[in-house]
Amino acid sequence: MTTMHPDLITLLAGIGGLLVVASLIGYGLQRRYSPRGDHDVIENLNARIRAWWIMVVLMALAFLGGKSGVVILFAFASFSALREFITLASARRADHWALATAFFVVVPVQYALIWSEYYGVYSIFIPVYAFLLLPIIATLRGDSRDFLVRIAEVQWALMICVFCVSHVPALLSLEIPGFEGRNVLLIAFLIVVVQLSDVLQYVWGKLCGRRKIAPRLSPSKTVEGFLGGVVSATAIGAGLAWMTPFGVWAAAGLALMIALLGFCGGLVMSAIKRDRGIKDWGHLIEGHGGFIDRLDSVVFAAPIFFHVVRYGWSLS
Amino acid sequence: MRELCARITAVLIRLCARFITSVRAVWAGVEPVGRQRVYFANHASHGDFILVWTCLPPRLRRDARPVAGADYWLASPLKRWLIRDVFDAVLIDRDPATRREDPIAAMGAALDDGASLILFPEGTRNPGGEHLQPFKSGLYHLAAAHPRIELVPVWIANLNRVMPKGEVVPIPLICTVTFGAPLWLAAGEAKADFLARAAGALAELAPEPKEEGR
Repeated sequence: MTTMHPDLITLLAGIGGLLVVASLIGYGLQRRYSPRGDHDVIENLNARIRAWWIMVVLMALAFLGGKSGVVILFAFASFSALREFITLASARRADHWALATAFFVVVPVQYALIWSEYYGVYSIFIPVYAFLLLPIIATLRGDSRDFLVRIAEVQWALMICVFCVSHVPALLSLEIPGFEGRNVLLIAFLIVVVQLSDVLQYVWGKLCGRRKIAPRLSPSKTVEGFLGGVVSATAIGAGLAWMTPFGVWAAAGLALMIALLGFCGGLVMSAIKRDRGIKDWGHLIEGHGGFIDRLDSVVFAAPIFFHVVRYGWSLS
Repeated sequence: MRELCARITAVLIRLCARFITSVRAVWAGVEPVGRQRVYFANHASHGDFILVWTCLPPRLRRDARPVAGADYWLASPLKRWLIRDVFDAVLIDRDPATRREDPIAAMGAALDDGASLILFPEGTRNPGGEHLQPFKSGLYHLAAAHPRIELVPVWIANLNRVMPKGEVVPIPLICTVTFGAPLWLAAGEAKADFLARAAGALAELAPEPKEEGR
């Protein structure tokens, strides 16, 4: 149990306030336009707001639990995301042990390494050791059909769902002079910017979206939504500079980077969904997709944000 | 004490099942209401009835008794305790040569007591999982003897990949359990026709077969 930093309390209160306003608007819209729950856009909006409440409460609880709380929360997120990903993979009987290893060995080991702040090992454990070990296990049963596809799918799943996601709690291990004890705010900065960028892209797209940006991958994304969302997220990032170790311009630059990576992450994950012919990764929250649907933009931004901050601001 | 142990074990088993499969119930043809039913499902793994049982809301779950093979479940004290105290199963002897009690009579007695049943008419686990094996005739005899009870087809998707026959460690994958529209024995319907109709209703609930790899 750690006491919360005043900055974090301010931020959580701000987010709580935003969500209260969002919930009220959602409720009003529903009363007015969708009393029988048949207006897709409004129902979708309200489902999203409910999901954000859950997300914010979970994050706040994890922050209250300190490092262990955050590591455990993201370990579970990784596990669930991997479960969704592997459900869609073309794994065969022969991959049984390789998959069991991925779930019950690779995930716990990666997060144990993150918890013990073993930078030199957690940054290569999956891309070197897991990537070499799992194909070896997969050959043991001698089934070579679609071997490359099967191996590639499991490795990409681990990269996305475990390696990238684990860089969110890894932010806690950075040692930034003058910022001691406040590292959870880096996580908060990353997640707030990514999520608001997503939301604002959606809102801008609905308000004035005309030209589709990637009609074959993600028909709901528009050029106007993309520009509006990224610019607003950059401005919000600059506005959040007070709770980070960055200056206003650096915070804006990092927020721009996070928003762009988040957008690209969303596109890549849409391409995978299209290929598999599905709309959502899972059914974690009814009608609201799965873990990966909520995490896809964070996934791409997390490791890059981690490394840029590490090289630019951290001692270790 | 014994009862408390069984209850706690039951909760733990359901948590485990949810942790591994994140199972979701799809009530496609019936509502989850407390009516006496025979749920009949495809059979690919020992976990099948656990998944159906986990998906039922608590009130329905209390009345639902799985039907299980005595030869497998009475083989060790732990299994015996699980199947009797935790799952409260109706045990049937699948071997016609040696059995002393008629399986239909055992299931019928449970229905007369007001229980619902979870039944696997394929009899043994289906290793392929794609196509149903021919149904045993038990379902027909139950339908004939209890004409008012709803027979609900239940398709369990993906569990055969979670724990294929012969594996010990389950792989976490998302599963769904789809409850279809109930059916009854039609007046004068022959056994083979009825079983084919029931198998057809069950097979229809299966999701579109995905292309294998490419």
